[in-house]
Amino acid sequence: MAEGMQVTREIDARGSFCPGPMMELIRAIRSASVGDTIAVLSTDQGSKRDIPNWAQKAGQEFVGVEEYEGYDRIIVRKVK
Amino acid sequence: MAEQKRLCMVVFDGTVDKLYPVAIMASGAVMNDVRVDIFLTFWGLLAFRKGEPYKVQAISQDYAQQAGAMMALMQEKKVPHWYDTLLQAKELGDVHVHACAMTADLMGLTKEDFEPVIEDIIGVGEFIEMSQQASSTLFI
Repeated sequence: MAEGMQVTREIDARGSFCPGPMMELIRAIRSASVGDTIAVLSTDQGSKRDIPNWAQKAGQEFVGVEEYEGYDRIIVRKVK
Repeated sequence: MAEQKRLCMVVFDGTVDKLYPVAIMASGAVMNDVRVDIFLTFWGLLAFRKGEPYKVQAISQDYAQQAGAMMALMQEKKVPHWYDTLLQAKELGDVHVHACAMTADLMGLTKEDFEPVIEDIIGVGEFIEMSQQASSTLFI
């Protein structure tokens, strides 16, 4: 795993198709505490568009996307 | 408070290639905080008899030739089962699954004959009332 931002929890959803990574993230955010950061590793092309959109709508903080060889690491912070 | 966003689906077909989009659309709705009401009728309802979701193998006749290759590809890429995707959407969001009373009566089926994901058996009138509250209703 390449160097990346430290997070509270990381979900490896690589190989999972839309809507898998997004749904895994929603599940993780539900069970997380306010202030936790969650990273999702995704090979799905929709995730890096869907997740920031979802975060905005859901009132959670989209921290950023780190792009690696063949996958993205998408980070969201639970703020409420 | 803003009015709740809603999506309705009438699921008439009971083939795997139609049940996948039902589950995936429901998931997309959950992501967008949209309530989903699924009205299962005819072949769509028969696919929800107890134990049936994991047994359904049929594909629409139009795509029958490609069915084997598609199923093999999905298995190879480990695409989750459509029913698991639907259950996950229901667990995470506001998803409601209703059985069509007419089909149930016609086939002599009661709530006990169906998968527990089905909340109730309702008439078309009640479903249309739900659909009046939704911004779109899909027929699948």
